[in-house]
Amino acid sequence: MIGLVDYGVGNIGSLGNALGYLGLQYTYSADRSELDACQRLILPGVGAFGPARECLRQLRLDEFLREWCASGRPLLGICLGMQLLLSESTEHGPHTGLDLIPGQVVKIRGARRDVHMGWNRVIPSGEDPFIPEAGYGYFVHSYHCAPTDGTTVIAHTAYGETLAAAIRQENILAVQFHPEKSWKYGLNILRRFADGAF
Amino acid sequence: MLTRRIIPCLDVHDGQVVKGIQFRNLVEEGDPVERGAHYSREGADELVFLDISASIEARRHVVELARRVAREVFIPFTIGGGLRTVEDIGALLSAGADKVALNTAALERPALITEGAERFGSQCMVLAMDVTRRESRWEVFSHGGTKATGREALSWALEAMDRGAGELLLTSIDADGTQTGVDVALTCTVSRAVSIPVIASGGIGRLEHFKEAVVDGEADAVLAASVFHRDILSIRQVKDYLERAGIPVRPVEEEG
Repeated sequence: MIGLVDYGVGNIGSLGNALGYLGLQYTYSADRSELDACQRLILPGVGAFGPARECLRQLRLDEFLREWCASGRPLLGICLGMQLLLSESTEHGPHTGLDLIPGQVVKIRGARRDVHMGWNRVIPSGEDPFIPEAGYGYFVHSYHCAPTDGTTVIAHTAYGETLAAAIRQENILAVQFHPEKSWKYGLNILRRFADGAF
Repeated sequence: MLTRRIIPCLDVHDGQVVKGIQFRNLVEEGDPVERGAHYSREGADELVFLDISASIEARRHVVELARRVAREVFIPFTIGGGLRTVEDIGALLSAGADKVALNTAALERPALITEGAERFGSQCMVLAMDVTRRESRWEVFSHGGTKATGREALSWALEAMDRGAGELLLTSIDADGTQTGVDVALTCTVSRAVSIPVIASGGIGRLEHFKEAVVDGEADAVLAASVFHRDILSIRQVKDYLERAGIPVRPVEEEG
């Protein structure tokens, strides 16, 4: 069972639809004991960092997520759910993140538009089995993750500068693009996460 | 490199895909969910569904349409038409739409853009504007391109952006349905003035028009209807053409 952390931020239904299409079992919940019963968790999210962080805090999910990750079970952060895993964001901030992956979330600079919106090429940075091949992911974000340890970046993309498209620190996985909206390339990533093929 | 998006537009009336010429004379062209899933398999980068039926009954259908599309299509899609309140926007997003397009309601009450952006984020707020050339200026029309608003296109685009619109869907009424290409001057003027993505629309009839829209018009994305619905061009043809012209596009994923 995959638990989708439902903390009131963004369109979590799309993720459920994608998992359902793949024939995978999933549940939405903000309840710690329900989430704790799952084998894997996905932390989704769209919108601004500050309010999302506050929602996690109010639902007392921040402590829970730290314990979850410390137990070695897999977590996948998507988009804002990826950014929340880092130490700090400068978006209308600074705001502190969950600090599971040391690093900062900073504004995209030097690109044609402030927002990185659309399909961009995701290129594996090493040989991580979670992102084994290049393809196109659908991105929507104005801030990006800059982890302190550059070797945690397992895939990158280019928009004005080189941006982290996916990061990984042991059992903690994260993607900046939306796999649930990235057609086959994205659906394959969700399937690998569900199958534990990473 | 960020690719330029190719977006088929499906005008929906009473649950059917239709296409009008210069906003009139509707012709039915099939089931929107089926058409949408077809375009997604063909390599469309996003889909836009515009509900052009006016009744409240039809609006309920459009929420159901969003729900059905969301179960079958795993690329982003936008729904527009007849949205008047933040609740209307919320209902469509909850049903699975990634973005909503506002047009007449935003012109009548611009605060709707602000309210929607604050509640749901700019990324899901598309401002659709229908524009006609009036001598030396461009004027925005409401009510499906039938009613002059007196608003100048560029200032409206900038206001919408300041209010939190995340993207502009810019349609030239003069070019729409004519298949003579988008209004390049309009597209380029707006695209240079704003910092959000611009989708060029209206007038696409040939391969060259896609290139003109992104190269000369500097559009981030191109929206087209009839050329795709009537199988004049396939999305693969458009993308192959643009790639040969040196424009970054997302290649069509092979089946299997």
